[in-house]
Amino acid sequence: MRFFFGLAYFLVGVLGGVTLVQSQAASWYRIQEMFQFGAFHMYGMIMSAIVVAMIGVWLLRGKRSLEGPEIKINDKARTWTRYIVGGTIFGLGWALAGACPGPTLALIGAGWPAYLILFAGMILGTWVYGLLREMLPH
Amino acid sequence: MTQLWPWYVSGPLLGLIVPLLLWLGNKDFGISANLRHVCAMWPGKKPAFFQYDWRKETWNLLFALGLLAGGFLAGYLYPGDPVHLNGTVLERIKSWGLDDPQAIVPLKLFATSALASWKVWVYLLLGGFLIGFGARYGGGCTSGHAITGIAALQLPSLVAVVFFFVGGLIGAWWILPGLIAWITGGAG
Repeated sequence: MRFFFGLAYFLVGVLGGVTLVQSQAASWYRIQEMFQFGAFHMYGMIMSAIVVAMIGVWLLRGKRSLEGPEIKINDKARTWTRYIVGGTIFGLGWALAGACPGPTLALIGAGWPAYLILFAGMILGTWVYGLLREMLPH
Repeated sequence: MTQLWPWYVSGPLLGLIVPLLLWLGNKDFGISANLRHVCAMWPGKKPAFFQYDWRKETWNLLFALGLLAGGFLAGYLYPGDPVHLNGTVLERIKSWGLDDPQAIVPLKLFATSALASWKVWVYLLLGGFLIGFGARYGGGCTSGHAITGIAALQLPSLVAVVFFFVGGLIGAWWILPGLIAWITGGAG
């Protein structure tokens, strides 16, 4: 059973990886086009993804998952500084690198080793956040 | 497979990941959490933020491996056409010293041969650092906030995504042109 679920999570990831590359959402060019308001493609993707996810959450909430636990959404803490400051820093990185974490993994798989360096930068940034966390306003 | 999947096919497929993970095991779609799990694997001394049992998050690490495998299937076995960009955007990007697209990403920045330039290393590590630091500070990335959080009607996620765009627009319009020109020797 544990093997089955492990495989299932892996396969959902495969669906994500194929889609990110085939839709070019993983493309540096598409991210720049989005931030320059040059095309509807990325906006259409994000908005239609949200609609499908929203319907899914609405249908599944309160039901039992296959692994057992009840399906519920944990509310995110309403402390705003972290979303404003952290969100802005993330957005800066998203535009500069032209990729976010999911596409970075898909591109490493697609045969672009330079994205390993980008990934290493992400690990470094995560580690430094862990070091400084107590000192940062949230 | 080699054709570009339009947004009304690819967007819903990405959105489907949210209910699939919930249905399988009440799991939240959030890719950047894996960056934290990788730090938590470090066997030596580490900040309290990384002191937890990462093995309980194996499902997410398997999901991340799936992203790698999916990227391999799509990009390596069935490489697509070069990206066809909006003309205004293309001219602007070329003015920074980049060429017409020959692949999914610019070769001057992401080809393995580009790593011969130390400036490309600075560019990649800086971008990655901001993404990793910002994602953990802000509590998530595109998957966790923009897709899952908004779909679950979380106001904090909407705020986070608005500021993703604030940071993104500052980066794309005021920092990136000079940064790319510095790497390529272009005009900026």
